[in-house]
Amino acid sequence: MTTPVLNVSNLRKSFGEFTAVDDVSFNIMPGEILGLLGPNGAGKTTTMHMLLGLITPTSGSIRMFGMELATHREQILQQVNFSSTYISMPLALTVEENLWVVARLYGLPDIRRRVDDIVKKLEMEEFRQKITRKLSSGQMTRLTLAKAFLTEPKILFLDEPTASLDPDIAHKIRALLKEERRSSGLSILYTSHNMREMEEMSDRIIFLQRGKIVAEGTAQEIVTRFGQADLEDVFLKIARDSRL
Amino acid sequence: MKLHRIGALVARHLYLYRRSLPRIMEIFYWPFLDLVIWGFITLYLAKYQPQIPGFVTFFLGALILWDMLFRSQQGITISFLEELWARNLMNLFASPLTPGEFLSATIAMSIFKVTCVSIVMGVCAWLFYDYNVLVMGLWLLPFVLNLVVTGWSIGVFTTSLIMRFGQEAEVLAWSMVFLFQPISCVFYPLDVLPTWLKAVAWVNPAAHVFEGMRAVLSGSGSPVTNLIWACGLNGVMLLAMIAWFYKTFAHCKVQGSLVRVGE
Repeated sequence: MTTPVLNVSNLRKSFGEFTAVDDVSFNIMPGEILGLLGPNGAGKTTTMHMLLGLITPTSGSIRMFGMELATHREQILQQVNFSSTYISMPLALTVEENLWVVARLYGLPDIRRRVDDIVKKLEMEEFRQKITRKLSSGQMTRLTLAKAFLTEPKILFLDEPTASLDPDIAHKIRALLKEERRSSGLSILYTSHNMREMEEMSDRIIFLQRGKIVAEGTAQEIVTRFGQADLEDVFLKIARDSRL
Repeated sequence: MKLHRIGALVARHLYLYRRSLPRIMEIFYWPFLDLVIWGFITLYLAKYQPQIPGFVTFFLGALILWDMLFRSQQGITISFLEELWARNLMNLFASPLTPGEFLSATIAMSIFKVTCVSIVMGVCAWLFYDYNVLVMGLWLLPFVLNLVVTGWSIGVFTTSLIMRFGQEAEVLAWSMVFLFQPISCVFYPLDVLPTWLKAVAWVNPAAHVFEGMRAVLSGSGSPVTNLIWACGLNGVMLLAMIAWFYKTFAHCKVQGSLVRVGE
């Protein structure tokens, strides 16, 4: 039986009286893409921040590669990376300088080759020497994705990775993610508000509502269970229910 | 502690200096301006207050040493603020970088800044006022080292406060150190303070360094006792501030404020 690369058990996070994540448990298997869906405030970002060690859980456990995150932070984060539309990189550095800093931070060998490869893969040649401040939002998203891919992680956390990309680049990014998963067994935790993308990318989907998992399964299983026409209708139903 | 991670952060900050005039000004322009303005005021006062022997030597020496402490603190706090302004803290702390490595990198940047500022001020003092900073002899080295460590303690303390209270506490990066200036007895001896403030100044390592500096420059005694006090107090203060930083870091992770600190 294959061991999960990520195992989350009874994860809970409270901020005072407010519980952002409530008794959440799930696994990610090697090479699996797990979609994390939910309306704003459902607890997706808090969950992701706990998985990255940026927020300490109130209770529960997070294990990656068989190790507890609380006690093996460095070993785990060396093999993990993330990208989000909502993060930035140092704006006064060039794209290439930013990638070099990341490569050094993770102690990567053969930095020049890796930077050249990732720049080529993400079609960033034309702006690799550009100051990050001058990038468009789409170029910035590609830079944060490049930073995530550069370290060749075993688990990738992606928070709306294609939100600010044009359809062509977004399509290429999805193709790249699938290729990485196929060639290197990369596991991905994926959030998006684009339901078509979610259906296309995810092997399994977890629906969060008010910090709790309310549905789990393949996109088709979830659509059937909620008796809706597609994933978008399921999302609307859950989102509107949670606002009642 | 991995050197490559510390090196990565230092490289990230050095890249900034390559093309940023305001950052270069912070190292060269402000210390230069400080020295020119206060140096000429000192010359003016010395002309009309001849009863204080070695006035220029005391004042310029103190000014240069104080700037080293100030830049040492800035090296730590501004490095943290750079990450805050760039909204880069999340990238850093979601990587294997440890808080200790982060602090070490800011300390390395502090050493870089102090070195640059010392050279600028030393050369300018010599050119403008014919003042040789090496007049303190070998004592200069332990004086500078102690002041740099005091600057680190204040810098780590200020960084913790900014991390805890967010960008609204940013002003502390420039103002906190001046809270320590009156009790550092930079330009006057400890004796002039009222008794209660004297007791407060006594636990400030910088006050012992400046007392020692005056002893050396006036030739009135050895600064060994002052330096022993300064080293002891610096050791305690730095360890306490590092512990406070770790505690604040853990608190911010519990509160979830580490990911929101730049907002």
